[in-house]
Amino acid sequence: MQPGMLQLLGLIVGRDLRLAMRHWDQVIQPLLFFVIITTLFPLAISPALDELRRIAPGVVWVAAMLAALLALESLFRPDIEDGTMEQWTLSGQPLSVMLLAKTATHWLLSGLPIVLMAPLVGSAMGMPPSAWGVTALSLALGTASLSVLGAIGAALTVSVRRGSVLLALLVLPLEMPVLIFGARAVDLAMHGEAVAGPLNLLAALLLLFISLGPFAMAAAMRISVET
Amino acid sequence: MSETPDSNPARLEVRSLHLWRGDRHLLRGVSLAVDAGELLQIMGPNGVGKTSLLRCIAGLLPLETGEVIWRGRNIERSREAYCQQLAYLAHLNALKSDLTALENLRFSVGTRRVVTTVQLHDMLVRMQLGACVDLPARSLSAGQKRRLAIARILLTQAPLWVLDEPITNLDAAGIALFEGCMAEHLAGGGLIVTAAHQQLLQGQPNVRTLELH
Amino acid sequence: MSSNTESSVLNAPKAGTRWLWFHKLSSPPYAYRTSGVLRPWFLWSAVILLLVGTYGGLLLAPPDYQQKDSFRIIYVHVPSASMSLMVYVVMAVASAVGLIWRMKLAHALAAGCAAVGAWFSVLALFTGAFWGRPMWGTWWAWDPRVTSELIQLFLYLGFIALRSSFEDTQRADRASAILAIVGVVNVPVVKYSVIWWNSLHQGPSITLTGASIDSSMLWPLFVMLLAYALFFAAVMCDRLRVEILKRERNASWLADIGAKT
Repeated sequence: MQPGMLQLLGLIVGRDLRLAMRHWDQVIQPLLFFVIITTLFPLAISPALDELRRIAPGVVWVAAMLAALLALESLFRPDIEDGTMEQWTLSGQPLSVMLLAKTATHWLLSGLPIVLMAPLVGSAMGMPPSAWGVTALSLALGTASLSVLGAIGAALTVSVRRGSVLLALLVLPLEMPVLIFGARAVDLAMHGEAVAGPLNLLAALLLLFISLGPFAMAAAMRISVET
Repeated sequence: MSETPDSNPARLEVRSLHLWRGDRHLLRGVSLAVDAGELLQIMGPNGVGKTSLLRCIAGLLPLETGEVIWRGRNIERSREAYCQQLAYLAHLNALKSDLTALENLRFSVGTRRVVTTVQLHDMLVRMQLGACVDLPARSLSAGQKRRLAIARILLTQAPLWVLDEPITNLDAAGIALFEGCMAEHLAGGGLIVTAAHQQLLQGQPNVRTLELH
Repeated sequence: MSSNTESSVLNAPKAGTRWLWFHKLSSPPYAYRTSGVLRPWFLWSAVILLLVGTYGGLLLAPPDYQQKDSFRIIYVHVPSASMSLMVYVVMAVASAVGLIWRMKLAHALAAGCAAVGAWFSVLALFTGAFWGRPMWGTWWAWDPRVTSELIQLFLYLGFIALRSSFEDTQRADRASAILAIVGVVNVPVVKYSVIWWNSLHQGPSITLTGASIDSSMLWPLFVMLLAYALFFAAVMCDRLRVEILKRERNASWLADIGAKT
């Protein structure tokens, strides 16, 4: 008897969480990368908080995007390398749902820590506490979109040798709207203005990507699994 | 997502299968048929296309020309139903090295079929992996990993087995164990298609060979 | 139950003869011959229209009130920018057709489009810089149209890079098709977001004088647009033929053509 949808999702999430728990060191690497990148900017520009405050939204967002890109390496590659993904495509279950569940778990492990760390990092760049909440919220919506878009790119390039740069080339142009709306939301919050506009746009983008993305992921994965 | 019992008899057919790998015309009009209770062994030198043929049968490689037909229907039209009745064993064991043997089975079989822990335990014991239940897969020997992969095939209870060099890394005892599983599967009306360098279940009446060259 | 036929043979039309042209399109020999026949027509009408449009744009249209003569670059910039977008859409539609109906020719068309579209983007960027220089004093400014043109170029380059990273042509076709479809869905999103981004900061923007554009300035623009589209069609005839040659190089019908010439 086939397992129901909830049971299937539970199995996938459970498996990936269990695998992550046994390799904590790999899980925190994107977070460390995020922090290190944001450290580069004061070093490169100036220690003066006044100057850093102006660029803080952009720096936090760009660093989050790059850290999310780095994290994508661990999304599909291990399963492709040991032959597990191949079996998923032959499981008779909807591959798009399975990959979305995997992407969601991956976001929990890589995106959510960044979301929680971002206000801290932002404050180190002079961001006032009034903007912390919006920073976290916009990044929560944004990194989720980045995960879905990144997963599509990862599914396309996972069978390409040394395809990480190619992945960045493919995915970054598509992610630019997310960056624009997200950074803008934080900037508005810092000036005490209404943030509903960009946040709604971020939420709309996320809905768009979640609804259409999994099909692209599954189609791309079936191509990558052929050898 | 409930299974519908298929009234057509269990039969696998491949008709005029052509496969190109870049410029190489690898498979040139391969045709075969396997009925319930039959084992078909695909033999041939390295590089002749045995693995590719099995992957075409499993539906992993798209066909430009030719058809794979299961229970009278082209697999491209009923992919989900076909996958539910197919168990595929590749060169790779499809094991997560950080999960224990039991966890590996629970996750790999569980996505296809609801299984209880008792059933998993029993199968591990049957495949001589009783001592490895809670060991991470990376600490198993190559032969043990292969037997774990075979355990997955058995647990899916699929009628059609497509196995690519199943006895790699198995010792004589392991091979005998596996041949026993195969015989049981065939006796229950299952079908097996394998590619191997070595003849399996030699001398049995329901075993046929296909030479690729 | 129908069995698959060889890929170079006409498939039987499914419903009457209404779809006959569609299925004929999927035949490489037919496409090869037809594009060879159409090419000179496209090319010569493009050349004629280019001459007419250039004359109208450079000589007949009056100088702009604010920008004097420097506005005339729009007769190259706007058609290239429009074409770079249109070609992407053509590429995405061809890719979708190739994926859904398994038409290899559609994939060949998409593959041929990519470089052409990229060049249109580059042309639009260069001419955009030439336009901006007199107005802003710099060769580059983050004007929304130029910025989204740049992103368009990245999308093209990504498509080309993905294609070249697969050795097997069929896999390259299907993978890049998915990318093109994902990209085309994103193009309106990207364009809107860039315009939104730019409007907030009141950055530079290329426009003509307000809403009412003199018709004497407008008609050469449409002529040039049409000329560029026809030129694209002519170039695509060539590129499609090249793709067909590459993909069907072992097929017998090509050997026949080679034997005749």
